Amino acid sequence: MEIANAFALLANFVIVPATAYGAQLALGALGVTIIFGILRFANFSHGELMSFGAMVTILVTWLLQMNGIGLGPLPTALLALPVGILATVAMAVLTDRFVFRFYRKKRANPIVFAIVSVGVMFMMAGIIRIVIGPDDHSFADGERFLISYGDFKKLTGWDQGIAIKQTQVVTVVVTLIVVAFLFWFLQKTRSGKAMRAYSDDEDLALLSGINPERVVLIAWIIAGSLACIAGTLYGLDKTYKPFIFLQILLPIFAATILGGIGQPVGAVLGGFIVAFSEVTVTYAFKRFLAYLGPDGWAPDGLVQLLSTDYKFAVSFVILVVVLLVRPTGIIRGKVI
Amino acid sequence: MSFLAATGMTGGYGGADIITDCELRVERGEIAVVVGPNGAGKSTAMKAVFGMLNLREGSVVFDGTDITGLAPQERVRVGMGFVPQNRNVFVSLSVEENLEMGAFIRDDDISQSKEQVFELFPILAEKRNQPAGELSGGQRQQVAVGRALMTQPRLLMLDEPTAGVSPIVMDELFDRIVEIAKTGIAILMVEQNARQALEIADHGFVLVQGTNRFTDTGEALLANEEVRRSFLGG
Repeated sequence: MEIANAFALLANFVIVPATAYGAQLALGALGVTIIFGILRFANFSHGELMSFGAMVTILVTWLLQMNGIGLGPLPTALLALPVGILATVAMAVLTDRFVFRFYRKKRANPIVFAIVSVGVMFMMAGIIRIVIGPDDHSFADGERFLISYGDFKKLTGWDQGIAIKQTQVVTVVVTLIVVAFLFWFLQKTRSGKAMRAYSDDEDLALLSGINPERVVLIAWIIAGSLACIAGTLYGLDKTYKPFIFLQILLPIFAATILGGIGQPVGAVLGGFIVAFSEVTVTYAFKRFLAYLGPDGWAPDGLVQLLSTDYKFAVSFVILVVVLLVRPTGIIRGKVI
Repeated sequence: MSFLAATGMTGGYGGADIITDCELRVERGEIAVVVGPNGAGKSTAMKAVFGMLNLREGSVVFDGTDITGLAPQERVRVGMGFVPQNRNVFVSLSVEENLEMGAFIRDDDISQSKEQVFELFPILAEKRNQPAGELSGGQRQQVAVGRALMTQPRLLMLDEPTAGVSPIVMDELFDRIVEIAKTGIAILMVEQNARQALEIADHGFVLVQGTNRFTDTGEALLANEEVRRSFLGG
């Protein structure tokens, strides 16, 4: 019984939220890794691209809600998501046409690209502030829980319950579909194979007659779609805060580098590892240990390694350690 | 007029000319070998033929058409295949995917070409699902040659196909190259192993300092006292 309660506690506060957060990071890191694999630069504007996608999705969601259109138990945002994806892809492709292509033609150094992407990031952030403002917005609707804390307790008779939010389920299910589709595309289709070939060796791809501009276009379409989905899911789960998307770059880059830059499988792996580390390190294990220890005993302190305010430090530590110990990442990727 | 006639090629990578008035020719079904000391401009001459180098002077005529102005990708489309010396396979792609990428410009059914490559290099059929980066040096070269053959080229250009492989593998590769030539494909290759290469060559070009020093049949070059003394080690 005690062990069941300990597990429920851990699941409720660590496993479930970290899985959802990991899925969001994985989607973000996939976008960064694909742009790196094809265009060979660290795209700092990816966070704001996520924000842009979430913003468009929110605007369309509001429009749908005003007209009384909804998805019942599911969030209306899912219905608005395709429009958001189209807008984000358009944004990504347009920035490529007007900004990145210029530097590509000049065969600029990757560091120049990275700095240019910082400029793009500020520009996008500005557009977002103008359109939707700097305030937070909650746009989740539909059923709140798949199973609530109280229901779970009633069902099992345990002291501790596991609450599973609807947004967490939506996040995980959508991520599974998107990742499965992406891997199918990269592994099985002609265009996907051409992208991997181009990522592997640009010159040889050229000799094989692969059109680089087409590969780059597909890369931006994928990155834009992933960014919009990741941003929307993150916003659904935790409310949309325009300012968070600058901070979220750190865990996303940590996940990308940890998994191996340019390696899609690594990005997914990295996303979950970073998420679980962040949540585990900032969780107070006091009650968890109390359940496992002898009756009536409880640890004196909170048994919390880091205050939640420092959660971004976890990504930073992971980043530094990976770069020192294994710069190629878990799955041998490119080294910047 | 030869099937491929690259004449009067002069050019370099921006600065000084690396090749001057260089000439390479090859006929259908024949093997032409370019040999010479290190730094003679052999690889540069190959790149010039394939359009990877801007020529200041000279022209490249392929099957009666002047292709001097074409980009490398366009030359692939007119029927030229090129196997670079380094980085000539997609290391993270499987052997089969490498072949598929070689045939990227083709819209028709490629399974027959794939089977032909597997027939030519049986070991590749065995390792078709393995990433090319995990193969041995000789096997990699086979993948590289196979990749280039997938476009069904009429001219196959090889830049040191036997670099870094063992003598046994080298002999085998040469055998395969002769087989490929017998199907009517013209072969132009650069080789470090000059003696062995000239033995299978119909024509040989000895380049020194970016210009033709000797041009003759492979046999005649092997018999030439001066060529032997200077370039073949006695």
